[in-house]
Amino acid sequence: MSTFDAATLERHGLKDDEYARIVEILGREPTLTELGLFSVMWSEHCSYKSSRVHLKTLPTTGPRVLEGPGENAGAVDIGDGMAAVFKIESHNHPSFIEPYQGAATGVGGIIRDIFTMGARPVALMNSLRFGPLDEPNNRRILSGVVAGIGGYGNSIGIATVGGEVMFDETYSGNPLVNVFCLGLVKADGIVRAKASGVGNPVYYLGAKTGRDGIHGATMASAEFDEASAEKRPAVQVGDPFMEKLLLEACLELMKSDAVVAVQDMGAAGLTCSTAECGARGGVGIEIDVSLVPVRETGMTPYEIMLSESQERMLLVVKKGREAEVERIFEKWDLHAAKIGEVTGDGLLRVKNQGEVVAEVPASALADDAPVYHRPFAEPASQAELRTMPAPGAAPAPRDAFLQLLSSPGIASKQWIYRQYDSMVRTNTLVPAGAGAGVVRVKGTSRALATSVDGNGRYCLLDPYVGAQLAVAEAARNVACAGGQPIGVTNCLNFGNPERPEIMWQFAEAVRGIGDACRALDLPVTGGNVSLYNETDGKAVLPTPVIGVLGVIDDASRVQSRVFPGEELDIVLLGSTKDEFGGSEYQKTLHGIIRGVPPALDLDRERALQSLLVEAASKGWTRSAHDCADGGFAVTLAECCFGSGGGATVDLAAPEAGDPVAAALFSETASRAVVTAATGQIDTLLERAKALNVPAAVIGRTGGARIVIRVAGREAIDCSVAEAEAAWSQGLKRYFEGKVA
Amino acid sequence: MKFAVVVFPGSNCDHDAYHAVKHVLGHDASFVWHKDTSLGGADAVILPGGFAHGDYLRTGAIARYSPIMATVRSFADGGGPVLGVCNGFQILLEAGLLPGAMLRNRGLKFICEDVRIRVEETDTAFTAACAKGQTLRIPINHGEGNYFASDDVLDALERERRVIFRYVDAAGQPTPEANPNGASRNIAGICNEGRNVVGMMPHPERACEGVLGSADGLVLFESVVKTLADRGGMAVSR
Repeated sequence: MSTFDAATLERHGLKDDEYARIVEILGREPTLTELGLFSVMWSEHCSYKSSRVHLKTLPTTGPRVLEGPGENAGAVDIGDGMAAVFKIESHNHPSFIEPYQGAATGVGGIIRDIFTMGARPVALMNSLRFGPLDEPNNRRILSGVVAGIGGYGNSIGIATVGGEVMFDETYSGNPLVNVFCLGLVKADGIVRAKASGVGNPVYYLGAKTGRDGIHGATMASAEFDEASAEKRPAVQVGDPFMEKLLLEACLELMKSDAVVAVQDMGAAGLTCSTAECGARGGVGIEIDVSLVPVRETGMTPYEIMLSESQERMLLVVKKGREAEVERIFEKWDLHAAKIGEVTGDGLLRVKNQGEVVAEVPASALADDAPVYHRPFAEPASQAELRTMPAPGAAPAPRDAFLQLLSSPGIASKQWIYRQYDSMVRTNTLVPAGAGAGVVRVKGTSRALATSVDGNGRYCLLDPYVGAQLAVAEAARNVACAGGQPIGVTNCLNFGNPERPEIMWQFAEAVRGIGDACRALDLPVTGGNVSLYNETDGKAVLPTPVIGVLGVIDDASRVQSRVFPGEELDIVLLGSTKDEFGGSEYQKTLHGIIRGVPPALDLDRERALQSLLVEAASKGWTRSAHDCADGGFAVTLAECCFGSGGGATVDLAAPEAGDPVAAALFSETASRAVVTAATGQIDTLLERAKALNVPAAVIGRTGGARIVIRVAGREAIDCSVAEAEAAWSQGLKRYFEGKVA
Repeated sequence: MKFAVVVFPGSNCDHDAYHAVKHVLGHDASFVWHKDTSLGGADAVILPGGFAHGDYLRTGAIARYSPIMATVRSFADGGGPVLGVCNGFQILLEAGLLPGAMLRNRGLKFICEDVRIRVEETDTAFTAACAKGQTLRIPINHGEGNYFASDDVLDALERERRVIFRYVDAAGQPTPEANPNGASRNIAGICNEGRNVVGMMPHPERACEGVLGSADGLVLFESVVKTLADRGGMAVSR
């Protein structure tokens, strides 16, 4: 019999068999503090117990990979002796409960993951999902999340260079806030979070510990219901100034060799940082919680170990070098305290004023969480979802075009991006919202391009293909900027994994990511899983978000999507089919998500991307834009917006029930709209042919109108100004009093 | 010549200012820690953008007490050129080196975007190489850039020709629509009586290379080089 009653175990999110396993590991009943340690470390959020068996199938190695999954972030070699450190992470649950602080601390967490590796963070991106904006609560959540992201990133001084935002009813009770951070470090300067050296002192650095965020990781591992609003105290409050001090102090500390290991205190706080740091190094760590700086009186060891107060770091320092590191703490006016030391027994030993309150093998917490092979099965409803109902009456192409441009998913996100500092450190080469995020690497000729993409509608219809499409689109966006994709990070947002149909979505999506990454030669270097994204039993659309990093060898060859404002040939790369399943057109005009998502031929995708990268690097093209949400017409319009001028094109009619609609709005994959540099059109077309990439010269840029003909017949004729007004106001109108 | 870029713990445009004057313009530059009291022999001082001490109070309210600020004040009193950009401008206001105060932006949102500003006066240390009426495309990046002063102060600033930059539209006119943050009389930058201390909300250091979208900000740094050369020698700092 357990010393804890069923209610206590339930509050700790531990099942009976998990508790039995704890007793078996310890050879005795745990103390309450120990129960707390296992509770957070074995939570879904920290242990990946439902997802681990699937994540193991992802490709994680490659010649450029310096650090794969398992460390605080992944790292890849970008040449010139430099490494890029990058990762994406979710902060969905906190952002629903408290949008500003939830999003802000999400940004703070991912930044710590990057500088913990010794890297200077240089760029942020984000991938956001909200419910429809006609509901006031969704507007409130979006406003708060955006302000929180800006409030943190702007203050600490890291440019937010782009991202994506999509909308669906299922995100109303469960918004998604995924934040991506990219950092730079000398390849031989990467710092690992691996404790070593028995007797080395363990330091606590940064903000004091309070009662905020206790059981945040456990909260993130459960569904929401009406009582969730009461969990607000479990959301932490961010202090970007403190994080700025930590960032600068840590980077300064790491320049010396006095530091053995650094680990941030994120989810599960002091527990996770000590257990993981010790387990990675195969050593023990002993700390005394009475030495931890606290900001509230009467905190118990349990509370101190589980607090998720923000902006705290754990450092292992070489014995004898204490004075050196303490001078740096002092320079930055940081609270620091020596709270313990590395031991040789492999145990995480927690004392309170000398008395042992917990003693657990570090590896049991970090590595021995149960691994679940949760049952999964395709839901019966899937077959019906995959059928395409008879199309309803379609509006005239020009009306559909304007309606799509003004739908919040496609409309300009400038209202959001202008609230972010997108330029600090003067590296941003493409304005936020105009394609992939691109930052130059000062001191080299290179630049890095990043994109985060995911489409929950496609994944609802077919999680395997949908996830592949997300990998393809993110990599294609990077290739359009001229970047050679070299690495992937992912954030997998799903519902309750204890339901077989959700687990099926998850398993299929991971399988899709793996297959796409292998085909495109892209290693997955890390990421994050967010499950239980449900409210009152209703799950979000399955939303794997893929972040791709690419290298542009010559930063002067960076391309944006905007037409360069000269008269140039426009080339459509790829071919168009009748593919409306899960499309923006289907959702916006008919209000449904049905059918099958666009097919993806990974060989053809790879060929297209290699053509895009080569064409940019050799100056054959002047602009490039991925053809995705909303189809060709939206893509062409986006190339015109932002002073790109007008365009007149004539498209071939695809084989389709409605050839005009398909030519304009189908979302066939592996397509891009490029402009050929003057005199380079033949070279471009020849190379496309050699690579087996369909390429058609469809028209010219110029004028002030967007004119699209299909098989010679006019389908859309609209001034750029009118189209751009619809696009510019589509999102903004919900926030600046233009909607009743 | 040599620039000093003052670094407060929460400065985040310090590297940008340093990069602009050192790597783009090719002058000597060094960082000066806010706890120091020496400017290291610099000829001109830049107070960069950022959030000096987190700015949870009024922006710049704590930074004015940093040890380096007494040195900056005496450097300015001696005629040394001082440029405060964004948070640097806010600090100059708090330190009393320039008049007025900052309110939160009209609309209460942080704004990062390119704006147009018009050069109103060319007899300051940082506009000497500009043409009067010249417009510059330079980004702003702030949550509190809504410049405020009483009408008396504003009248005096205008009378003494101390309004140096105004937000203007494409036609070069200071219209309400061209005012991004609600600043009094479209003011984007002002100077002190000695015309050697200039504070401005837009970020010239972010507009020094065409590859970043604009190189219009360079002329401000070229101006201070010209000013010092015209003086026939460099200012002496302590």
